[in-house]
Amino acid sequence: MTTHAFHLPDVGEGVAEAEIDRWYVAVGDRVEEDQLLVSVLTDKATLDIPSPVAGTVTELAAAVGEIVAVGSELVQFQTGDDETTLSSTPKTSAVPGPPATATSSELRLSTTSAEVGTPAIAFSIAAGAATEGRTRPTGTGRQVSVTSPEPSPAHRRVLASPAVRRAAADAGIDLRRLASGSGPVGQVTHADLRAFADAPTTQAPALPRRTQVTDVPVTGIRRAIGRQMATSNSRIPHITLVEEVDVTSLESLRVRLNGKQEDVRQRLTPLAFLVRALVLAVGDHPVVNARFDDDEQVVHRYAGVHVGLATQTDDGLKVPVLRHAETMDLWAVARLIEDRSRAARDGSVSHADMGGSTITVSSLGALGGIANTPIINHPEVAIIGVNSMQVRPHWDGQQFVPRKKMNLSSSFDHRVVDGWHAAVFLHRFKELLEEPALMFVEGA
Amino acid sequence: MCDVLVLGGGPGGYTAAIRAGQLGLDTVLVEAGPPGGTCLTVGCIPSKALLHAADEFARIAEVAATDDGRLGIRVTTPPTVDLAETIAWKDQLVSGLTSGVERLLKRAGVRLINGWGVMLDGKTVSVTPGGEGSRTQVVRAQRVVLATGSRSRDVAGLPVGDRILSSTEALALDHVPAAIVVVGGGYIGLELGTAFAKFGSQVTVVETADRVLPGVEAELAQPVRQGLSRLGVEILTSAQVESFDEDSRVARVRTGEETSDVKADVVLVAVGRDPATSGWGLEGLDLDRDGPFVRVDQQCRTSMRDVFAIGDLTRGPLLAHRAMAQGQMVAEVMAGKKRSWDQTCVPAVVYTDPEIVTVGITVSEARTTGLDVLVGDFPLDASGRARTEGDTSGMVRLVAREDNHLIIGAHAVGRHVSELTAGLTLAIEMCARLEDVVGTIHAHPTRGEAIQEAALIALGRGLHA
Repeated sequence: MTTHAFHLPDVGEGVAEAEIDRWYVAVGDRVEEDQLLVSVLTDKATLDIPSPVAGTVTELAAAVGEIVAVGSELVQFQTGDDETTLSSTPKTSAVPGPPATATSSELRLSTTSAEVGTPAIAFSIAAGAATEGRTRPTGTGRQVSVTSPEPSPAHRRVLASPAVRRAAADAGIDLRRLASGSGPVGQVTHADLRAFADAPTTQAPALPRRTQVTDVPVTGIRRAIGRQMATSNSRIPHITLVEEVDVTSLESLRVRLNGKQEDVRQRLTPLAFLVRALVLAVGDHPVVNARFDDDEQVVHRYAGVHVGLATQTDDGLKVPVLRHAETMDLWAVARLIEDRSRAARDGSVSHADMGGSTITVSSLGALGGIANTPIINHPEVAIIGVNSMQVRPHWDGQQFVPRKKMNLSSSFDHRVVDGWHAAVFLHRFKELLEEPALMFVEGA
Repeated sequence: MCDVLVLGGGPGGYTAAIRAGQLGLDTVLVEAGPPGGTCLTVGCIPSKALLHAADEFARIAEVAATDDGRLGIRVTTPPTVDLAETIAWKDQLVSGLTSGVERLLKRAGVRLINGWGVMLDGKTVSVTPGGEGSRTQVVRAQRVVLATGSRSRDVAGLPVGDRILSSTEALALDHVPAAIVVVGGGYIGLELGTAFAKFGSQVTVVETADRVLPGVEAELAQPVRQGLSRLGVEILTSAQVESFDEDSRVARVRTGEETSDVKADVVLVAVGRDPATSGWGLEGLDLDRDGPFVRVDQQCRTSMRDVFAIGDLTRGPLLAHRAMAQGQMVAEVMAGKKRSWDQTCVPAVVYTDPEIVTVGITVSEARTTGLDVLVGDFPLDASGRARTEGDTSGMVRLVAREDNHLIIGAHAVGRHVSELTAGLTLAIEMCARLEDVVGTIHAHPTRGEAIQEAALIALGRGLHA
């Protein structure tokens, strides 16, 4: 059983809106695909609109005489096996929002379509205003607008007394532009018009004001992340060094290795190489592979490299750990990265695999920008931020050539890692990445 | 060349002209008859005048007929009515009103040309005046408002003539017919039928639908049907008048397979009105049409630039107050103001006995669109004022949204309820909620209190019912 929202399709000929002429169906009717739903009037013609699906009508989004914009919601259906229960309680699919289920190829064009709080439908403003503009994001059912059987003009979709409508017209204010009115049923008042007219001119008057405030409690993982971030931020004085790495050779190797596998042993991502190189680099610079117990004022330098992978999940940021990454070859690293990320995302990652990292890598892949200031995962002393890979011009001594570049934005705990230490470490890291052969040659 | 030419001096046309004049536009109004149009001369006003006279007569006749003299009043001889005198009185009040309109036009600086106008092109009219010695004038204008109104619809086989009348002729009879067959059970037929029934005619109403007033909700039409029945009006539904023999004065009525003969001195054809689209050059203008009407947008603009159409020429309820509101809007648009048709509702009144008022959404309309509503019905039988007037039929109904109590519909049936329309329409336009009505003191004793009572009932806490 799914909710299907049908939007007014593009009726062509440059028509942007149409007036509901008559409904052929009512709420609760079972309709077949192609069955006529509604007749609409445009400047050019009267058109009958057939149903895109078979289902039961749960909502008619506009009344006879109302004008709807192409792309705005017209009818809601309940499709699927169980269509017998029609309640007005919230459905699982959120009603406001982009028409992801629109069957028409034209997406919503108008900005005043049916989002809660926008004036597209007169009486729904009234309902929204009754709850003082605050909602819990639970996907409430939408109200149906009702207007008199007279052909509906533009302004009548917004509640306002006749004098207010005149005043708005005289002031050149299209009442549809006001997100809602402050009157008890959401009607626009003279005061609202004055406030609208007085709004700062930097704000384009044509754009609707949004008064919706959504309250999202910070609990669970989100709260834990927040606390950890606050701790890192307050206890660790960060320095961030940004280094540009030429990954042309690395990428060439990676692609070649991926292409070479007859049966795919393991797909290699750039991150796998990064972790491999990181392990080697920290081997030479143990100062960055450590956990600083600042209460006891002791830095625990680890011989083993436990790499934390900052992973974005639906619940927020999680950091699964590759323990003893120094024992893994490239393939094992790649495989484990994949396993851990997936486990973190689907929530199956075990407690043992979280925590205990000695250095963390944070990569947003293509979304990684060109530089950032990552926050160290307390009580570690370093975090490697990986920015996006881009082709940039590189001066080779004689001309500019295109090379694949990738920045590393890395933060360090300046209490125990000086800039020099960080720079030298990064230099080694960069060396390994730019000349990948060095990663795999013994003693290089 | 003038700024504005208005073709047709009915309520739409003269209102547009007066407003345009007030706004400083050089305006010409062309009207073949006296200003006021159908409404003033052969429609709203004359019919209400006749209804008033009929009502007075019927009251006196009722007092005379009842031996016990309910109010303690006695009339020893039953009253008589000389309809020609009644009509003369009506004509006088109509002419008073039309000269009133002429004065208003003059005061607003509008030039009134008396004559039949024919549009030569979108901005030019040729006016052929009646009267001796006056010659055809041609007037050019920058903007034109077409307000030619509507005409009574004909029925095949019943051409208006000696004894077959439209409402126009019925409002000019010089005697009360002994028997009338009214073709059409809509508001015009029933209003006039009521008037003649009160004057003493035997009235038979023949309606093709399965009930009279087919457009009115059942609960509102019911007291009217009872009222008609009390007046001795016979109502034939799902029926049709096939023919009328003027010599034998018999109308043949078909109901399904059967036919019956009904005596009639006069047949009144009242099956509706159609926009008046011929005889004034509309064909030559090539304007977009909407069925029989001229198609207009929210500003009453036609498909031709600077040509507007208002009133019965456009689709919508054929009501004078709609035409007047359009006329005002159009004048303001022509004067450069930003206006569009933004009324929330257009009220409608039927002047039967009892009267019917509808404004806004009906309960069945709300159901069709799946809107949850609260409904409050207050029976006028529980109204003190209604009782003091000796007429308690009917009720007042308010329809409000269930979620926020916004009043979206108001309906009433009962004596004098037409006077409640103003308050009801205002409430809806002002976005009143049930609580606003409840919180407003309604004077006692009035029928208007029923509005507050209906609001209380809708909230589930009726006081007097």
